[in-house]
Amino acid sequence: MTGSPMPAGRHRHLISAADLSRDEAVLILDTAAELASVAGRPIRKLPTLRGMTVVNLFFEDSTRTRTSFEAAAKRLSADVINFSARGSSVAKGESLKDTALTLEAMGADAVVVRHSASGAAHRLAGWVTGSVVNAGDGTHEHPTQALLDAFTMRQRLGAPDQRGGGLDGVRVTIVGDVLHSRVARSNVLLLATLGAEVTLVAPPTLMPYAVETWPCKASYDFDAELRKSDVVMMLRVQQERMTAAYFPSIREYSRRYGLDAGRMALLPEHAIVMHPGPMNRGVEIAAEVADSPRSTIVAQVSNGVIVRMAVLYLLLGGAAAAA
Amino acid sequence: MCAMRPEPGHEQGAGHPGWKAVLTPEEIRRALSRVAHEILERTHGGEGIVLLGIPTRGVPLARRLAARIAEFEGTSAPYGSLDVTMHRDDLRLRPARALQRTEVPSGGVDGKTVVLVDDVLFSGRTIRAALDALNDLGRPRAVQLAVLVDRGHRELPIRADYVGKNLPTAYREVVRVLLEETDGEDSVLLGERDR
Amino acid sequence: MNGAGTARNGDGMAEEWLIKGARIAGADRVADIRLAGGVITGVGEDLSAPGARVLDAAGLVALPGLVDLHTHLREPGREDAETVETGTRGAALGGFTAVHAMANTEPAADTAGVVEQVWRLGQQAGYCDVRPVGAVTVGLGGRQLAELGAMADSAARVRVFSDDGNCVADPLLMLRALEYVKAFDGVIAQHAQEPRLTEGAQLNEGEVASRLGLAGWPAAAEEAIIARDCLLAAHVGSALHVCHVSTAGSVEIIRWAKSKGWQVTAEVTPHHLLLTDDLAAGYDPVFKVNPPLRTHADVAALRAALADGTIDCVATDHAPHPVEAKETEWAAAANGMTGLETALRVVHLAMVDTGLLDWAGVADRMSARPAAIGRVPGHGQPLRPGGPANLTLYDPAAPAEAVDPAAHASKSRNSPFAGMALPGQVHATFLRGTATVLDGKVTR
Repeated sequence: MTGSPMPAGRHRHLISAADLSRDEAVLILDTAAELASVAGRPIRKLPTLRGMTVVNLFFEDSTRTRTSFEAAAKRLSADVINFSARGSSVAKGESLKDTALTLEAMGADAVVVRHSASGAAHRLAGWVTGSVVNAGDGTHEHPTQALLDAFTMRQRLGAPDQRGGGLDGVRVTIVGDVLHSRVARSNVLLLATLGAEVTLVAPPTLMPYAVETWPCKASYDFDAELRKSDVVMMLRVQQERMTAAYFPSIREYSRRYGLDAGRMALLPEHAIVMHPGPMNRGVEIAAEVADSPRSTIVAQVSNGVIVRMAVLYLLLGGAAAAA
Repeated sequence: MCAMRPEPGHEQGAGHPGWKAVLTPEEIRRALSRVAHEILERTHGGEGIVLLGIPTRGVPLARRLAARIAEFEGTSAPYGSLDVTMHRDDLRLRPARALQRTEVPSGGVDGKTVVLVDDVLFSGRTIRAALDALNDLGRPRAVQLAVLVDRGHRELPIRADYVGKNLPTAYREVVRVLLEETDGEDSVLLGERDR
Repeated sequence: MNGAGTARNGDGMAEEWLIKGARIAGADRVADIRLAGGVITGVGEDLSAPGARVLDAAGLVALPGLVDLHTHLREPGREDAETVETGTRGAALGGFTAVHAMANTEPAADTAGVVEQVWRLGQQAGYCDVRPVGAVTVGLGGRQLAELGAMADSAARVRVFSDDGNCVADPLLMLRALEYVKAFDGVIAQHAQEPRLTEGAQLNEGEVASRLGLAGWPAAAEEAIIARDCLLAAHVGSALHVCHVSTAGSVEIIRWAKSKGWQVTAEVTPHHLLLTDDLAAGYDPVFKVNPPLRTHADVAALRAALADGTIDCVATDHAPHPVEAKETEWAAAANGMTGLETALRVVHLAMVDTGLLDWAGVADRMSARPAAIGRVPGHGQPLRPGGPANLTLYDPAAPAEAVDPAAHASKSRNSPFAGMALPGQVHATFLRGTATVLDGKVTR
């Protein structure tokens, strides 16, 4: 690991999990692993990004993701500006492009963007000179969520010394509203890059079109997949999908695709249960599952900060040289 | 191939065309022995010292110094590594580097005499970063610095307490330290930048 | 002759021209063409015309003036995107002598007053004949029929009716509209898009949209409406025209309807003949259009259908938009692409260079058939003595040049072909004997 692991020219942005090669993804996980040891010490703030400005540009409410990025940037001593659409000029119809130009004038070294439109982060990257980190764009991707999920899997299932390692042969089952899930898209791409075997489980109405072209398998039968899963990742299902006739009722959805204690018992001994949050307890995941020792939901949150620190650090290296 | 490897002379680095060998393996060995003796002398027999190597090549150097000290004194000197990457001040200018390990011996650094170990002392910025990084680990009683080569051109008020070899260089020159543990051979080479 | 063409362009005096040595599309020969008094006065070898201006047409193909069944001129209402004048100037540069101005203006062209206004603006501009399309329903609202008869009887003599941009989704309303226009030989041009199946739709439902996380626009949403409308048109014995056919499945349905002898015609856009949905990978909304770009298989089927006549004609669906309507995230961007100034070159690349159509075929699909479907008098006729002097001279050997939307006459820059090397060049366009374009430039 010498020279420039993330050449400034190639990776100024993190828009899609597909942008990452295996080596690059492993580098992020390894960097996060080292930072985790920092996080374990009493002094947790690093001077790395001192003098740099990270803007959190959130067009959609997401307190948990924004807070996670904010904590990551602050632990690296960056100046953080939170720019939320609500109550700002964005709410008055300012375009994404004009917002980008405003950020540019503020001298943002990195823009963390959450937007309801797929591709918004991609478009933004064309209008700013700083690094763009996609914190969720519509139903497209959420790459840092996939990275923190992979980090959590490696932490819980990997060998004691995980440095340099991927997730080869780990069997991951992702369950729920895959069609509308940016978390699922990013996870499929990243986990495949890291060597995991991913299976998507959803009712046919919530399975993406052309899923056979994705680097994963697809199944409608949750119970059949449970027995051969090292990881089960439950996706949030939204009530409004019911009114659009994707399934008849929340109760029926929960019966067929929810993870309850009975289903959890089908899992192998070592298997873990993940959820990107926020959870609908009693819908896609039962309370006793969410609170069980198999659940990594709390670890995912703390790992989120560490992985985002790694991403910001690796992207912002050489920022001046690239600009 | 059966190696009839000529002992690298001082005029040309064997197997490194264009580079001049400035320290032979034997000279490196002797320099480290001398530094180990000096450390023992200055710290009253190595009492309460912790050797922390700065990755990459400071780490094996710290390990070697610890081995010498154990050899000379019969007591083991705790050693570890201190990654300074996240404390560097040149992130804007260079691509981000992969983080290296920070491993502190179980006794920690509080109240200890920490000897930082690095291969080459140049601008002093790495040592500045190391002092900051060390600050996050605890509060040593004293911090000292041991380097294999001091090539000059300091940009900060930093000096080494122990120097294996003072090597006056021109600014445009490059010093490469090769070690068995990381590079398969022991050698210090001098060359020109932008070759 | 010349029923609609009472107005005169320019100074009101048709010019006299002697076009030397053009290759007459369809006639398979090289000949001179003489124009005088707005008509073709001679086609033959070594014609002489003392006093006429002479145009050396060696190497150029002579086509009857192109007719576009589907143009958005944006006036009235969105003059920031296009006006009748800028749009028709672009049309002339593209080789067109007649265009059909779609009804989705602000206000919509749903009354005799609005269609007459658009028609007059076209006459004033003088670049080509503007044939207003009337809205099928009031305000394109899909609830109540607009006064179709009044528009038909107006000075604009509207014969094509369409809610384009919206689908006439209500089957009863569609049935009634089809039946009603029989009284004045009208045709309903349907924008075939089942609205419930395309709520929030952004891009062709396929592998690309799925990967990009863009809501899918399924082929079935187009095909279901086309199938329904074919049955309705047959039921009342009326004429249906299908706008911008974009899928292989639609082609099959239209082929079937035609085999029944039903009065069904169809158009395809240049962009659907050349571009595919994978262009959306960079989320650049210049590739956002409705119906969306489809797959390579669809493009192949559309080309084959245009070649065999299942699809009758090429229509541009020229849809200009101001910069800010496209400089956004994909979902917020407007649908549509400009196309008038590139249409013939795209057809050259997609159909002629591939051997699917010869120049006679191009003349048929871009002039004769659209003129017939639109009931446009004085256009789309073979280049023969006595015929109207509406013609286009095209240089197929002009070196392929990258499209530069900034150089377009259109007010808008949203050409999906920007930067793409297209062959050929429209050298000259004549409207009733007067040159609107010479040497690739408008004459005024």
